[in-house]
Amino acid sequence: MTLVLVETDASGAIEVSQEALTFVRDLGSPVHALVVGDVPAGLVDQLGEYGVESMLHADGPAFTAYAAAAWAAAVVAAASTSGDEVVVAAGTPRGSEVMAHVACRLDVPMAANVVSIDGTGPLQVSRQVLGGSALEELRLDAATAVLTVAGHACEAEPSATSVSTKVEELDVPVVDADLRARVTRTEAGDPDESGALKSARVVVGAGRGAGGPDGFGDLLEMVELLGGALGVSRVVTSLGWRPHNEQVGQTGSRISPDVYIPCGISGAIQHWAGCSSAKTILAINNDADAPMVTKAHYAVIGDMHEIVPAINAELRRRRA
Amino acid sequence: MADILVCIKRVPDLGGEISLTPDSMSVDTSRLGHTVSPHEECAVELAIQAAKASDGEATVLSLGSADSLEQIRDALAVGCTGAVLVEAEAERFGPADVAAAIAAVVRAHEQEGRTYDLILLGNDAADTGDFQVGIRLAYALGRPVVAGVSTIEVVGDRVIARATAAEGTDIFEVDLPAVMTVMEGGVEPRYPSIPGRMKAKRVAVETVAPSISPAGPGRVRLKLPPVQPSQVQILGHGPEAASAVVDLLESLGVSR
Ligand SMILES: Cc1cc2nc3c(=O)[nH]c(=O)nc-3n(C[C@H](O)[C@H](O)[C@H](O)COP(=O)(O)OP(=O)(O)OC[C@H]3O[C@@H](n4cnc5c(N)ncnc54)[C@H](O)[C@@H]3O)c2cc1C
Ligand SMILES: Nc1ncnc2c1ncn2[C@@H]1O[C@H](COP(=O)(O)O)[C@@H](O)[C@H]1O
Repeated sequence: MTLVLVETDASGAIEVSQEALTFVRDLGSPVHALVVGDVPAGLVDQLGEYGVESMLHADGPAFTAYAAAAWAAAVVAAASTSGDEVVVAAGTPRGSEVMAHVACRLDVPMAANVVSIDGTGPLQVSRQVLGGSALEELRLDAATAVLTVAGHACEAEPSATSVSTKVEELDVPVVDADLRARVTRTEAGDPDESGALKSARVVVGAGRGAGGPDGFGDLLEMVELLGGALGVSRVVTSLGWRPHNEQVGQTGSRISPDVYIPCGISGAIQHWAGCSSAKTILAINNDADAPMVTKAHYAVIGDMHEIVPAINAELRRRRA
Repeated sequence: MADILVCIKRVPDLGGEISLTPDSMSVDTSRLGHTVSPHEECAVELAIQAAKASDGEATVLSLGSADSLEQIRDALAVGCTGAVLVEAEAERFGPADVAAAIAAVVRAHEQEGRTYDLILLGNDAADTGDFQVGIRLAYALGRPVVAGVSTIEVVGDRVIARATAAEGTDIFEVDLPAVMTVMEGGVEPRYPSIPGRMKAKRVAVETVAPSISPAGPGRVRLKLPPVQPSQVQILGHGPEAASAVVDLLESLGVSR
C-alpha cells in the first residue's frame, strides 16, 4: 500500500500533490493520504476523486508551525498505522525535506524527483539528476521505499472511479527534539515573488546579452505588452543586474509558459533545465549556433537591442 | 565565537550538451571543467560571513578525489581558513554514505577539541540532486536541521535563518550546534582575489580516508533524453523580423 503526503492550500491539494496522487496509481495498490494541519473545505471529496481510500489527519499543537521533523514523525506514524511500504511526497521544498527526514527515521534510502516506476520487487525507479537534464535508474532495496515525485512527472488526473474517502485522526508521537527546528514566525511582507514567473503564460527571458543593469528597459516593455513575466539567466543574477527571484533554471524557477522568449541567453544545460517545459520557444540571439537557438522552435538572429524594440513597436502599431 | 564547517562537492561544469561514459554509469567529464553548485557557493559565503562576524573559523570539507582540492582551494581563496579532504571515489558513495563519512570527521575533530557549532551544506548537489545529505548528517550527529535557508545569522548560541516559502519568508531560530542546507539567492558569493589565491596555497589541507565503507548509491545506470534534431524555424535576421514575430505571437494567441 502507498502513502502520499498531500500538501494543501486554501483550494485543496496543491497541483503537484495531485500529480503525486495520480503518479502512484501506477503501483496498483490502495492509496492513503496524510494531511497535516488545517483541512481545506472540499479536500476530502477531492481525495475521493483521486481514489484515496483513507485520509490520515495529523493535527494539534505540534503542527501549528512547520517543523519538518514533526511532519516526518506524522508520516512515519501514518505509514505504520496503515501498513504502507511505499511513501511518497511531491518534490516541493517541503516534500523533499520531510521525506529526507522520513528516510533517516526509517534508516532507508530516499529517491528524489522520481519520474517513473520501472520495476517492483525490488522497486526500481527513474529519477531526475543534473537538474533534470538526465535520468538515473535507481534501485530502492528497502522494506519501505521513500521517494518524491518530480513536478510534471505526469499530469494530475482524477481516478476513473471516485471513492468515498474515510477520515482517520492520527495520533503522532512528537518529541521535543522534533520541534528544535521549527518556524518561529513568517514574514508575510516578503512573498516568493517568483510565483508570478512560474505561472506566467508568456515569459520574456534575458541573459548576458542584455549587456548590463540598464539593458532591461525594452525587455520590460515587451513583458508589459504581452502581459507576461521577466525571467533571467544566472549570469544576470550573479552580476547583480536583476534579483535572484527572476532566475530560471536548475537553481532558479522551473517555468512552463505557453511561450518563452529567451533573448541573449546561450541555453546552458542548467538554464534549459528550467525552461524546457515551455510549449513554444522563440529565441533571440546573435549566434545562430547557440544551443538555445538550435533547441528552440523559432528564432530570430541578430542584436537583441535592435530586435526587441522593433517587436515592441510592431506590437504597438498593430494595437493602435 | 562560532566555528563553521561548510561541505562542498566537485561536479562537472556542463556546457550545452551532456555525454555519458560507455558503461552509462557516469557523465563523461573528460572534456569538462569542474565547479560546485551555486547553492554551495552561497553556503561558503554565508560560512565566511558568519565566522568573521563572530571571530570564528570557517572550515571547508569535501569528499572526493584529490582533484577536489581545486574546489577546496577556491573556498580557501575566498576566506575559509581550514580544509578537510575526505579522499574517496565520490561515485561509490550514496548520500547516506557521504553523511556518515562527514559525521565521522566531525566527531573526530570534536574529540580533538574542535567543535563545529554550525554545519552548512547545499540544499541539493548539482549532479546527483539527492536532497538529503545535510538532513542525514544532522540525524547522524543528533542535531537540529533546517533545509533550504537563504541567509543565516549567528546570535550568541543560536542561529537565525530565513527561508523563502510560498507565502512569505519563514524565520527559524535554532540552538547551536545545528545543521543548515542553503539555497542560492540570499547572498552574493564573492570572487577570489589574487592575494586570496596566494593565501589559499599556503593552507594545509587535512586529508583523511573515509572511516566507513560505502553501501553505494544504488545506481543502475544513467540515461539521457533522446537527442532531438534541431527543428528551429528561423523567422528572420535583425529588426526586419519583427512583423513575422508578431504574426507568430498572434497565431499562438498570446497577443491579441
Ligand atoms: C550547478 C549549476 C547550476 C546553474 N544554475 C543555473 C540556473 O539556474 N539558471 C541559469 O540561467 N544558469 C545556471 N547556471 C549557469 C549556466 O551554466 C550558464 O553559465 C548561464 O546560464 C549562462 O547565462 P547566459 O546564457 O546569460 O550567458 P552566456 O552563456 O554568456 O550567453 C550569452 C548569450 O547571449 C548572446 N548574445 C550576446 N550579446 C547579444 C546581443 N546583443 N543580442 C543577442 N544575443 C546576444 C550570445 O551569443 C550568447 O549566446 C548554473 C551552473 C551550474 C554549474
Ligand atoms: N561528496 C561530497 N562532499 C562534500 N559535500 C557533499 C558531498 N556530496 C554532497 N555534499 C553536500 O550535501 C549537499 C546535498 O547533497 P545531495 O543530498 O547529494 O543532493 C551538497 O550540496 C553538498 O553541500
